[in-house]
Amino acid sequence: MLGWPPMSESTPTTAETRRLAAESRDRVRFEEEALELSDQVYRVARRLVGSREEAEDLMQDAYARAFRSWRQYQPGTNLRAWLLRILTNLNIDNGRRRQRTPETQPLEEGDYFLYNKLEAAAPEENPAEERVIERLSQGSVVDALAEVPHDFRDVVVLVDIGDFSYADAAQILDIPVGTVMSRLHRGRRILKRNLAESAVPT
Amino acid sequence: MDLCDQCEEMMQPYVDGVLSDVQVQRAKEHLDRCTWCAKRYRFEVELRHFVRVAAAEPMSPELKAKLAALRTPLH
Repeated sequence: MLGWPPMSESTPTTAETRRLAAESRDRVRFEEEALELSDQVYRVARRLVGSREEAEDLMQDAYARAFRSWRQYQPGTNLRAWLLRILTNLNIDNGRRRQRTPETQPLEEGDYFLYNKLEAAAPEENPAEERVIERLSQGSVVDALAEVPHDFRDVVVLVDIGDFSYADAAQILDIPVGTVMSRLHRGRRILKRNLAESAVPT
Repeated sequence: MDLCDQCEEMMQPYVDGVLSDVQVQRAKEHLDRCTWCAKRYRFEVELRHFVRVAAAEPMSPELKAKLAALRTPLH
């Protein structure tokens, strides 16, 4: 007599097929979610490196690696941070060495330095009408950021452009939160110093 | 260290929103009274926004297609 086998007797092959189907579904979901985040990941990647070509290579390497090691991602955790951790690791491995001793000498320029410089360079005619920020150009900001030393720039880019928390940035770069804070602080000041140099000829 | 120097030191964590309630209160009180620091505070906020906008460069459609092609082929 023909009949369906009872559930408990399902063969190992059937169980294996089900497992594979579930895994394939999880993988597809992972890949789709990772691709949906690619614009946001690229926004950060583009400013971690100097050129568009480098950023595009880095994105492809990072996504290839992410798709290979997708099982290591824990669903429910921050996928964008997970992708950027892969990407920053690749970037550092790519011959871009971590700076041994990031510059630690005190910066003379404080946080008000750029504003003070820009305001002092104000043209006399109706200074109230013009916003000080308008004396900066977008191109000068991109150049000034590119000249911030790597270790500081990584943190500034992750927090100020990628909108990551200090804790996420610390995980991505595998450094303590305190180091994130000090590099961020210093990196922003270096950025302002660079901007002041380009915006206000001495 | 006078209040404006302290305010300058607190400016970044203040804009980042990581100060304690007491520190935030102190910073606000100073910024309400001190137009010199208030101008610099507004500039800091504008600068953050300016950097974010200036740094944005959209990904090319070609790269997007290349990334999609890296997916595991479906059987």
